[in-house]
Formats: sequence, structure tokens, C-alpha cells
Amino acid sequence: MADSDAQLRLSRRALLRVAAASGGGLALGILFPAQAETSAPDQPQQDDGPETLAPNAWIRIHRDGGIQLVVARSEMGQGVTTSLAMLLAEELEVGLDQIRVEQAPVDAAYINHLLGEQATGESTSIRDAWLVLREAGAVARQLLITAAAAIWSVPESRCEARRGVIHLLDDQRSLSYAELAATAAKLPLPALPALKPSGTWSLIGTTQRRIDAPDKVLGAARFGLDVRLPEMLYASIARCDLIGGHITNWRENATRAIPGVLNVFAVRYGIAVIAESSWAALRGRETLEITTRPSTNLAADTQRIRNRLRIALKGRAAVAYKKGDVSAALNASPHQIESIYEVPFQAHACMEPMNCTADVRRDHCDLYVPTQSQARARATAQRITGLPADRIAVHTTFLGNGFERRREQDFIVDAVELSKELKRPVQVIWTREDDLRHDFFRPMSLHRLRGGIDAEGRLTAWFHRVAGPSVLARIAPDQITNGVDPFMMAGATDLPYSVAHRRVEYRRADTPVPIGLWPGGGQGHNIFATECFLDELAHIAGKDPLQLRRDHLTDRPRLLNLLNRAAEEADWDNPPAPGRGRGIALMEAFGSLIAAIAEVSIEETKVRVRRVICAVDCGQAVNPEIVRAQIESGIAFGLTSALKGEITLTKGRVDQSTLRDYPLLKANEMPDVTIHLVKSDAEPGGVSGLASPLMAPAVANALFSLTGEPVRSLPIRLG
Amino acid sequence: MISVTLNGETLEFDLDPDTPLLWVLRDHLGLTGTKYGCGEGECGACIVHLDDKPVNACITPLSEASGRSVKTIEGLSPDGRHPLQLAWIIEEVPQCGYCQSGQLMTAAALLATHPRPTDAQIETAMSEVICRCGSYNRIRRAILRASNPEAQNG
Ligand code: FES
Ligand code: FES
Repeated sequence: MADSDAQLRLSRRALLRVAAASGGGLALGILFPAQAETSAPDQPQQDDGPETLAPNAWIRIHRDGGIQLVVARSEMGQGVTTSLAMLLAEELEVGLDQIRVEQAPVDAAYINHLLGEQATGESTSIRDAWLVLREAGAVARQLLITAAAAIWSVPESRCEARRGVIHLLDDQRSLSYAELAATAAKLPLPALPALKPSGTWSLIGTTQRRIDAPDKVLGAARFGLDVRLPEMLYASIARCDLIGGHITNWRENATRAIPGVLNVFAVRYGIAVIAESSWAALRGRETLEITTRPSTNLAADTQRIRNRLRIALKGRAAVAYKKGDVSAALNASPHQIESIYEVPFQAHACMEPMNCTADVRRDHCDLYVPTQSQARARATAQRITGLPADRIAVHTTFLGNGFERRREQDFIVDAVELSKELKRPVQVIWTREDDLRHDFFRPMSLHRLRGGIDAEGRLTAWFHRVAGPSVLARIAPDQITNGVDPFMMAGATDLPYSVAHRRVEYRRADTPVPIGLWPGGGQGHNIFATECFLDELAHIAGKDPLQLRRDHLTDRPRLLNLLNRAAEEADWDNPPAPGRGRGIALMEAFGSLIAAIAEVSIEETKVRVRRVICAVDCGQAVNPEIVRAQIESGIAFGLTSALKGEITLTKGRVDQSTLRDYPLLKANEMPDVTIHLVKSDAEPGGVSGLASPLMAPAVANALFSLTGEPVRSLPIRLG
Repeated sequence: MISVTLNGETLEFDLDPDTPLLWVLRDHLGLTGTKYGCGEGECGACIVHLDDKPVNACITPLSEASGRSVKTIEGLSPDGRHPLQLAWIIEEVPQCGYCQSGQLMTAAALLATHPRPTDAQIETAMSEVICRCGSYNRIRRAILRASNPEAQNG
């Protein structure tokens, strides 16, 4: 863990050195304050000698008493540094105050089995690690016990592991892990030892303070843009703003005249300005005069895309789910309605703009990068440099948000190409404008829903067609079966409500706009459509939206229970204060379940979300406070996409380029949040992004109840 | 030469006076605690104190700091134990952490002028810094904790 005093001393020393060397100019090679002695993510620094107990890829116990745990997932706020370390530490029988966490290099051992590669995302980290890391901890503990038992010549049953020490029961003797490391390192690996029963857990299920917090309140946590290497250059790349267009010409005289600008040349994604400082690179790039040629295909235009998706709502489509005879059931329904919902393109807008630092040498390459996908990062560098995989090291920094955007490779390509060319370390900095304009956006989608409901308020038929581009066609085409993109259909195919006749379809309608994964998954668009439509059906049938949901969840007791908890917490049976409306939404995803109720009011012409109540069942919560923080985070992300910006395109160009035209949720827009965590001993589910998909429908339903006007498109605009 | 008192030390700079303070800190001094989020005064990730008032370092030219005093996250406290830093850890505020230097510097400036801020004062001051992780409610709790001496170490 961080030693804050030492860091402060270091940073002051760094400062003094500059002061001494002052006279300005470039002070290269200043030691980053945290570099020397914190958990700043890097490769494990100590070598594993024969004296080190290193039974697997996650645990290093050194003779000098140091215990290193390796975390192989990227820390982007979701707390993996802490919660994954907790899984290891639980079985290893050490406290979080006794360990030091290191960020993993790329290695086959670190594959995320739910994603099929070493990567972080889609709310998989805890689910993937739950058994693997506890077993890794248990194996190490077993070796230490065996070593102690051998030294004392006693049966293992008399040895007990506690806080980094093996104690001999009914005896004063004890040996620390450090003392046992060398002996244990010589033992053969044991058969898989039994995992601790849940009743004996000392860490799992408890709130442990975040390991990364001390560095983060000191400003010492190292993000991608904080990497400083000797001889490092900075680069900014001017990209073609026209989707599918090309830069045909550029003038660089003004750019080269800027002090600190060293070079200007064309690279794969645009024109790179290389400089001695970030500022010179950014300024230089501003002064480039660029001529572009638009694509001959001008289809990257929101209005044209919308028309295209409207057409795709009719005609043939792939069937994602089918039960009963929907057409017949619709015709037989006393009430049947149809509604169309629209979800826009949106940008991920990570707080830390995309960036990467690469150091390509003749025989090796180092990447210092906030990435969610170490395996792909290495493959990208391999492809560009031609170096063998074992000559490429990926050093994962902290990530100033990930949001699945950092699964992509474009910023890595930038840095590797430039460093290869310049034979020096290069940090590529994306501006906010680059980041907003050149995203792999949330896909735009249109949804046509038809539903029937009978006189008793029972759903008789449900039809849902999703029309939109395929996200997986580029990322994971093998996951598309029978024309159905499972990302695009998540949450729609697996509607939790029981309806006798149901049909769900996907009509792929690709657009020329780059699109990618989105936190909360395809549920983000589908749950908006389905949960809003449910309220429209309830309205037609004159039924309470809560009751309608309850009536159709009778075979989903876990979800029904959760819905009731949320309703209780929100005091649903009593009407809200005058001028306020309430709306519900619920979902099952990533092995977790969630129900949310939003309470809104309208102030002047603005929607104000006053309160959000969530009931969450994520199985066993590894660290309940981190779970809560993740739910809060999902609420903020979900409200941003429900209420704030959208990405639109005019004639091939993204219209938004700043946080003024693509605003994000601010402190004065954050509602009060109540989170009810249901106690459960089921296997842990994912919670990253879990609350996000529910915000748009919960707020939309609340507004519908308040105004009587259904909301059918995002971001929500009044009137 | 531009002279600036930075975290208590007086430094002389021979740099373009238009260079934004943000890049002087990050590139020339290696003080990377102050973050770049937009470069346009919109996100607050770069907030530092200029003569004890919060400013967006990304749009504050070095010349404006001439002869004045600048404080960054690295200089917020001599030992990392500013009441806000302690409260931030207790309330588990940081998630990704990228915005947190800006949040802390903004909160510190608020407490310097309003030692016992109201909810409304907190909301107004803190709406200058975007947190994409949604740590806002925790920030409010942490500020209230830090501004209430009885609750500080609880
Ligand atoms: S970087 Fe200064 S306000 Fe965003
Ligand atoms: S903690 Fe991530 S942006 Fe604020």
C-alpha cells in the first residue's frame, strides 16, 4: 500500500530538483512521484528467485516478507484492484494491509474465460475470478501449511494460517509466510485444497477500503497520460473529421514554426504532430491546415440513418425468440398497441481522453497504456513492429474510465506506429474533440413493439423488433448466429415477463458510423424500449405498472422479491409528493438482478431526477461498498445517457466536439440514491454498469406518470 | 523569466507566457496529479488554486500566475492528511480517480471560504467538476464530514 509520507517527500524532492535546474525549458526524465514506491501499476518488480514462493501467476511471497498479489484486470474505477485482491487474500489468509498489488503483464494465465482473452469488460471480472483466484490463494496457503508441518514434524491439521503466519495449535510456535517461503517453494503443488466455507470468511462480504484510494487522493495514481519516460516525445494526430473521408493535403508551415514542434508527418489515422511537450503538440496540431475529401458515400447522416432504420422496422428480419402465435394473439386481444422507440448514437466520453505511450526499440517494445485489453494491445504492437510476442511488454496504467471504449486498439496503433518511426518513446494524446468525434459510438437503434393485453390486465402477446447496426459484426462475428447479434438483442430476447405469445426479431441495418460496445450492454437500448412499453400497456389497461410487473413475474421469484423490495423502499403504495412522478424498471443481467424506481419532477422546462431507489441482488457481494459505488456509477452513467448528450451526424461529420455540446451529468443533477443490497449466497454476479440501462426507462416512466405523455426517444426532451 | 510560487517553492520559468499552467505542471515539472480532461475549462479535472482560488489550469496561461501562488494536489497537504483527503478515503469517494484531484482542490477552496458549507454551497461549487464515475453523493458526504470536526475521523 502507498506510503503517503514517502510520496509527498518524493514529489517535493522532484520539485526541488526542477527548481534547482530551473531556467525553464524541458525537464525530461523527472521521476514520477509515485513511480518508486507505490502500487502504480507496472510489472512485478522483484525477480522470483528460488527463495520466492510463486505457486501460480497471482501470488509471490518473498523471503523478505513482501507479499505481492497480481491483479490481471484493468482498474477503471470498478474496484478490481481491491476486490480481486480480496479473493486471493481470503484464501491465502492475509490482510489487505499486508499485501502489495501489482498489475499483471500479458500471459495466458490471465485469460478472462468469459471474454476468451486477457481483457476487462462486460461486467465479467468477479464472475471469472470467483473460483480461480480463491483456488490460487488456497494452493499457496496449503503449501505454507505443508512446509510448516514438515519443519515442526506435526500433522498439518495442527497448523493454522492467520494473517500471514502459520500457527501451531496448542503451542506457542509460529512461522511467518516469509520464513516459510523458501521451504514451501520447493514443495510439489498440492491437489486442489478445499476452499474456505463462507461462514469462515474474514474478507469476502465485508467492506474493505479501496487499495487504490490513498494514491488517488494524493494525485499520485498513474494514468496513461501521466507516463513520463526519459527522451519521451508527445504527439497529437489530426484525423479526418469526415467519416469514410480522407485527408488529401495539409500545410504545416505554421505548425513547424511553433517552438517545441519537432516533426509533422502522415500516419495511418491522420497527420501527426510530434513535439517536446503536450502543449506544443496540441498547439501545433491546431495550426495544421487540412484539406479533406469526403467519402463518396454520404450516408453518415443522422436523418438518413433514421430513415433507413425506420424502413428496417418493416419487412423481413431474423427471429431471435419465438413462442406461440403472436399475430393471432394480437388480433384476439381487446387492447393492442404499437409504439416505436429510438435510441441515439452516444459517445463514451471517458474522463481521461484516449492515449497510449509506446517505446519501440529494435528488439523490444514497451506499451504503457490504459487499456481494457492487454492481449489485443500486445497483438496490435506485434502486428506493427513484427516483434515476437515475448518481446512486447504491456504495462497497464490506471484507466480514467474504460466504458468498453478502451477495448479498442486505435490509440495503441497511433503510439506504436509513431514510436517505431521515431525510435523514441512517444505519448499520443487525444484531445477531447478527438475523443468525442472518433469514438466507436453506442449504436443507434429503433424498436418497434406491439403488445396485447386482456380485460384482466394480462399480457397476451408481445412483439419486439430491434433495427440497428451490428456491433459484433466487427468485434466478434462468430457470435452472430442466424443473423442475430446477441449484443444488440441482450435484454430483448430474454424478457423476464411471462407472456404466452412472444416474438422477438433483429433486423440488421448497418450504418457507416463506427460503433462499439457500451456499458450495460445491449440492455441499454432494449430495456428502455421494453420497460417503457410495459408502462404504456399498463396505462391502456388502467393497471398499476408495479402490479402489471408483479403479475408477470410469478415464475421469477428472485426478481419479484427484488421488485417488491424496491417498491417498499420507495413507498410505492402511497402517491408521491405533488409535482413528482415515479417510474419503475427492472432487469436481469451479468448474473445479477436489479430493480430501480426513479422519482422525478419538472423544473421550468427541465427534467429533474430527485431520487433513485435501487434494489440489487448480485449474489454474494465480495465488497458491498464497492458494489454500492458501482451502482451509483451506473446511475450517473445511465442518467447521462438518458438526459444529456447525443451524437448526431451531418453529411458525414459528427456535430459534437466539446463538453458543451455533449454535456455530462454534473453534481447538481445527481439524485439522492438509496441502494438496497439483498443478502444472497448465490455466486457473485457482475455489477459494473448494472444500474445504467434502467435509468432511461425509470425516468421515462416517471415522466409518463407525471405528464401523461409517453417518452419514446433518448435523450429525453420535454415538449 | 516568470516567477511563480508553486506549492510553497518559488520557481523561475523561461517558457512561453501563453503556455497553460496545466502543461507547465504536467510536462515541465512532472506534476501529473493535475489532469487534462478537455482543455477548455469544461470538466474541472485540471483545477488548481491560484492565490487560494480555484482556477482551470488548462485555460490559465503561465503569465497569469506570474508573481502569484499556485497550489496543486501535490501541495494540498504536507503529509496527505488534509481533512478532505482523509474524508475522501473514509467515504470511499475515488472510483477511477481521474477527476479526483480537481474535486479535492475545488472542495478545499470551498472549505477555505466556507468552513461549514451548506448543501447548496457544496452543490454549486462542486458542479464545476465532472465525475463520469458518479461519485457526487460521496463527495458531498466527504465534504460534510471534513467540515464537521466531530465527524472527521469517524
Ligand atoms: S481540462 Fe481544464 S477544465 Fe477540462
Ligand atoms: S472518479 Fe472517475 S471520473 Fe470521477
